[in-house]
Amino acid sequence: MTKDDCKKLVLDIIADIAPDEDLSNVKPDVRLRDQLQLDSMDFLDIVMELRKRNGIEVPEADYGHLASLDSCADYLTPKFNALAAKG
Amino acid sequence: MNLSRIVITGVGLAAPNGNSLPEFRRHLLNGVAGVEVIEVRYMGPQPAGVCHFDPLKYQKKKELRVGTRAGSISIYCAREAMADSGADFSARPTDRVGIYIGCTEHGNVETENEIYAISKFKYDTRFWSHYHNPRTVANNPAGEVSLHMGITGPAYTIGAACAAGNLGLIHAAQMLRLGEVDLAICGGVSESIHTFGIFAGFKSQGALASHADPKKASRPFDKARNGIVVSEGGCLYTLERLDDALTRGAKIYAEIAGYCVNSDASDYVLPNPTRQAECVRRAIAHAGLTPGGIHIVNTHATATPQGDIQECEAIRAVFGEGCPDTSINNTKSFIGHCMGAAGALELAGNLPSFDDGVVHPTINVDNLDPQCALPGLVLNHPKKVGRVDTILNNSFGMLGINSTLIVKRFVP
Repeated sequence: MTKDDCKKLVLDIIADIAPDEDLSNVKPDVRLRDQLQLDSMDFLDIVMELRKRNGIEVPEADYGHLASLDSCADYLTPKFNALAAKG
Repeated sequence: MNLSRIVITGVGLAAPNGNSLPEFRRHLLNGVAGVEVIEVRYMGPQPAGVCHFDPLKYQKKKELRVGTRAGSISIYCAREAMADSGADFSARPTDRVGIYIGCTEHGNVETENEIYAISKFKYDTRFWSHYHNPRTVANNPAGEVSLHMGITGPAYTIGAACAAGNLGLIHAAQMLRLGEVDLAICGGVSESIHTFGIFAGFKSQGALASHADPKKASRPFDKARNGIVVSEGGCLYTLERLDDALTRGAKIYAEIAGYCVNSDASDYVLPNPTRQAECVRRAIAHAGLTPGGIHIVNTHATATPQGDIQECEAIRAVFGEGCPDTSINNTKSFIGHCMGAAGALELAGNLPSFDDGVVHPTINVDNLDPQCALPGLVLNHPKKVGRVDTILNNSFGMLGINSTLIVKRFVP
């Protein structure tokens, strides 16, 4: 998985949990909360959907890595690739 | 004690056969039932009353995703009632508005859904939603209205089984009289069709309706009635003290005339006609009326074989062999049993009688049970009675809670 693939996957999750938001111009280097109406429960939704859809676990101490699309991709892409390598 | 007069100034409703009072009333007069067949988890097809209002009329998609069906119904009804009332909400201190919503139960739907969801993950509770607690707290429906409308006054639910719709109104009237709030949004809601547990519970009790034609499934007083049609719905009113309503030139639907709430203290589920009759009598006395002064009795009858007979026994005990000006009807024959919303919705369906002088009927009575043959029962077709000044609304519930609410034509 590339970082761009990862960003798209995260955006797909956000599209489901924030269905009223326009996601066409989300800036990858800006905090998601600064450009979208997302609250702390929504971030828990992102964590839950990663767990449900992809089997990815994000420990509470790492929630800060989900701040922007870029930080999501930096943090999650190795996790996805490690999971894929395990088969 | 000189109590303030309390009046109804707005109505918002979601019924299985109508999304507004005019539509609901039209269907009640035209014999249009709102029961259909739905697929119930683990149970298969069942007759049920389903509401078809557009939740996106007022809510955002995210609110629908996070909130509950009961919350959504409540928000729709509250917004409709406020719009109908004409009260200028922006100019009103929001801490002087109270939200009092009757519920039969709350949380079954959300809990069942979560258990079903984690069953797909081998019951691993890591997959249990973080929304479970805010969705299942008992005040959820009222809290969602408060959040949605920015109302900072008291907002809570009143758990009163199937008497809850009446209780919402009664409690609101009491709070207005105490001066706790200046405007109340009150009534009842139900999301019960989304929980298999309620269907299965009634089935196990031998009290779940069945019929080849879902629109005929709810048939109180018919000899072949075989139980309850579970329905969702909601009806919220705006209530105000009369002086406030007159000051702002509000349209007044009716005045709260009297009420009573009591308890059977005799059984978990079986009704008690003696206590029901006591409740009706006390409400009539509270209104300063006599049985002969009641023009419409809207029955609670749910179409269970025994329950209908027992309510009829209670009504006979109060009204004797009939009062010439008293008509008796039932709304569940159209919409099934809307549980916590039942009392509030059923009252609403009768309010237009003050204007049109017509009593809506009890439909689906092909063969009247002689034990339910009350004098004044309006069967299958509406009855033009000329003038209606008083409506008595019965709503009873499990664990023996009884409620009777009487409203009267507003006369300055």
